[in-house]
Amino acid sequence: MSLIEVRDLERTFVLRRRSGGLRRAPSTVPAVHDLSFSIEAGEMVGYIGPNGAGKSTTIKMLTGILVPTSGEIRVAGLEPSARRTDLARRIGVVFGQRTTLWWDLPLRDSFGLLQKIYRVPDDRFRRNLDEFLELLDLGPLLDTPVRQLSLGQRMRGDIAAALLHDPEILYLDEPTIGLDVISKGRLREFLRTLNAERGTTLLLTTHDLQDIEALCRRVIVIDHGTAIFDGPLTDLHRQGGSTRTLVVDLVDAGPAIEVPGAVAWKVEGPRQWLSFPADASAAPIVAAVAVAYDVADLSIQEPAIEDVIRDLYSATEPRP
Amino acid sequence: MLHVAVATRAFRRYSTYTAATMAGIFTNSVFGVIYSFAYLALWHENHDAGGYDATDAVTYVWLGQALLMTVALWGGGTTDDLAERIRTGDVAIDLYRPVGLLGWYLAGDLGRATYHLLTRGLAPTFIGILLFDIRMPAGPLAAAAFLVSLPLAVTVSFALRFLVAATAFWLLDASGPRVLSGALALFFSGMVLPLVLFPGWLGTLATALPWSAIIQVPNDLWLGQYPGADVLAAIGFQLAWALALLACCALVLRAATRKVVLQGG
Amino acid sequence: MADGSLGVLAPARSYVDIAVLWVRAAWAYPTSFLMLILGSLLITALDFVGIWVMFASIDTLGGFGLREIALLYGATGVGIGFADTLIGSVERIGIYVRTGRLDQMLTKPVPLLVQVCADQFTLRRLGRISQAGIVFGWAATYVDWTPARVLVALMMVVSSTVIFFALFTGFSCIQFWTTDSSEFANAFTYGGNTMTEYPLSIFPREIMLALTFVLPIAFVNWYPCLYLLGREDPFGLPTWLQFCSPIAAVVSLAGALLIWRSGVRHYTSTGS
Repeated sequence: MSLIEVRDLERTFVLRRRSGGLRRAPSTVPAVHDLSFSIEAGEMVGYIGPNGAGKSTTIKMLTGILVPTSGEIRVAGLEPSARRTDLARRIGVVFGQRTTLWWDLPLRDSFGLLQKIYRVPDDRFRRNLDEFLELLDLGPLLDTPVRQLSLGQRMRGDIAAALLHDPEILYLDEPTIGLDVISKGRLREFLRTLNAERGTTLLLTTHDLQDIEALCRRVIVIDHGTAIFDGPLTDLHRQGGSTRTLVVDLVDAGPAIEVPGAVAWKVEGPRQWLSFPADASAAPIVAAVAVAYDVADLSIQEPAIEDVIRDLYSATEPRP
Repeated sequence: MLHVAVATRAFRRYSTYTAATMAGIFTNSVFGVIYSFAYLALWHENHDAGGYDATDAVTYVWLGQALLMTVALWGGGTTDDLAERIRTGDVAIDLYRPVGLLGWYLAGDLGRATYHLLTRGLAPTFIGILLFDIRMPAGPLAAAAFLVSLPLAVTVSFALRFLVAATAFWLLDASGPRVLSGALALFFSGMVLPLVLFPGWLGTLATALPWSAIIQVPNDLWLGQYPGADVLAAIGFQLAWALALLACCALVLRAATRKVVLQGG
Repeated sequence: MADGSLGVLAPARSYVDIAVLWVRAAWAYPTSFLMLILGSLLITALDFVGIWVMFASIDTLGGFGLREIALLYGATGVGIGFADTLIGSVERIGIYVRTGRLDQMLTKPVPLLVQVCADQFTLRRLGRISQAGIVFGWAATYVDWTPARVLVALMMVVSSTVIFFALFTGFSCIQFWTTDSSEFANAFTYGGNTMTEYPLSIFPREIMLALTFVLPIAFVNWYPCLYLLGREDPFGLPTWLQFCSPIAAVVSLAGALLIWRSGVRHYTSTGS
């Protein structure tokens, strides 16, 4: 059996809208609908979708915080909401926007308490802590109260905290949100190492496509509560027909650039936007443009998740 | 005009907490019932303790419960906002506003008090009338005097709370003074026991302190405990404390402003 | 992975681990901490001054003298003080729902109630407990002690703690359904405490019956103290009730835990 198995999952919410006085007109919102997937041990899976697609709801059901309306979930053979505390020992959860650490206490105390809560034997705790302190550069921060840490420092602390007990699965909910570029890169490096060396299964929900590109070989796209894509990342681009954009700043304004493999869809003075298929290399197009035109500068824009998904629906129509 | 707007806005803001208000009215009523029986037992032993009879005493209880949230004896008024803003440093913005900070918060507190009077004031009173024998005001003059005494009571309470909140300018954490002043307020306002029962020097002291202006005086005006012109003296007592304390607030505010300007909060 | 969990004791150990951490953090500022306790001792002393002032005008209240009422007052004060210490953040559960902190707690392998009760554990109430203890101790010097009475007194302290704990927990659960009405519980917890500071003979029979058979608040101090003071039940209820505080405690706790479980189930079924 797979490590995580989700079958025909349903979760509806009842919204109580107060329409004047005490009368309430209840409406049901299907947050998750007919969702099925399985994840094997050791996989690194990206779980992406627009806001309100049902990502957080799924994670809550996987961790046992929320009970499904119907359908089956098994994580490590356990039903999450029924066996919450048993499952909790085997998973780690990192919430991007809220910390699991104790706010007023130094980092060191949070870690010490977690050791006790998770009953991690001393030697294993020491080993893990030393490794994470080094990889995540937390040594100098051990005695700082959590509320005084910066967002990036706190995130690193949260990740270490989630891993001290050697969980089999790590759920990350928007882990790189608000981080600067350098911190993001180091975090991704750390997660890659984690998966490679310890075989920790990663389930990552994020808005940042770069996170996905860097970490996940497999992607599940969820939209309006249901999975609209589940497969390798490379397939995603191909299937979605998504495009990347090359932004070219010419020395002088001119007519629309014409090069093979790209279409200029916007011209504003000397700046032009060219779109080309996302799975194609940008190099030949850049070379072609540079040869034929006087280029002052150029840059490449990645497609937004929303665009990728939107394209998934209109796969026949290449953009724009 | 501006201060009326501030008061109205405060009124509206507090009116959004309906569930909390209901819970609060329930709690007020429960305590009203408890103290009513306690006082009935006391006055059963001593029929005219403190110059009250049993009905006076029970009326006193329900008036106290009705006024409790209105005067925000423990907090829950706009001074809580002030304390929070001092803690976060946002108060610096307030100090540079063209409108006086003191007047601003006072107007807000009076607006809030009006809301609480109409909800957590009237509701327990009705419940008290339903359950027990309550004495109504002795006559139109007593009723009028009572109404006049209310904004004064709120002002005195506000000023005391303001001073406590202002300690946050100097201490990092105003919660210590707040708890202490809350306990003193509870005791010396007459909420724990009517001040008229306090014997000897304790009684004299209690009636002179500002806290008595908050609950004891309005209650006694309702009960008609002040013969003739003493009614004016009672209201004058409230007024005197209100002005004196507001003056203290202004002085403290000036010192605080200086501190903020010189030291950056 | 999970090394031998100690079964029933495991939650208690987790509670102690978390609570100790909070105490250590507070102890980082010893002077502030001690001042807080001293301050609350003085403040709650004012509370008893009120009762003492009462007795400036009367000799007995509801048929009970000052020392007897002091016994009642001390007993209920100690009970609610201990309970208040043990419940930690239970009264604040509405805030935890709103801020998402409850979700985080649910991802840890510790029962939710343990985590909530241990969260922000503070010994702040030591002041109030000491004050109530002092009053009780003073009143106790006038009790005619027998081994049976000592046993009843000990049972009373434990039972009153458990009963108040159950009241705090049970009534705070309303915050799982509406996060705004935390004050609702006060009527029963602090209200229960205030009620039992007085001899229940001041209340009409209906209220006393409610406090015996509906919400067993009367078992916090009234019934055991009747035994300690060697008094007849003013309402004529059977004497064996005076030994029933442990039963009342168990029943209240069971009820509160059921309500808690139902509240958590509601939360996990409807989300926030």
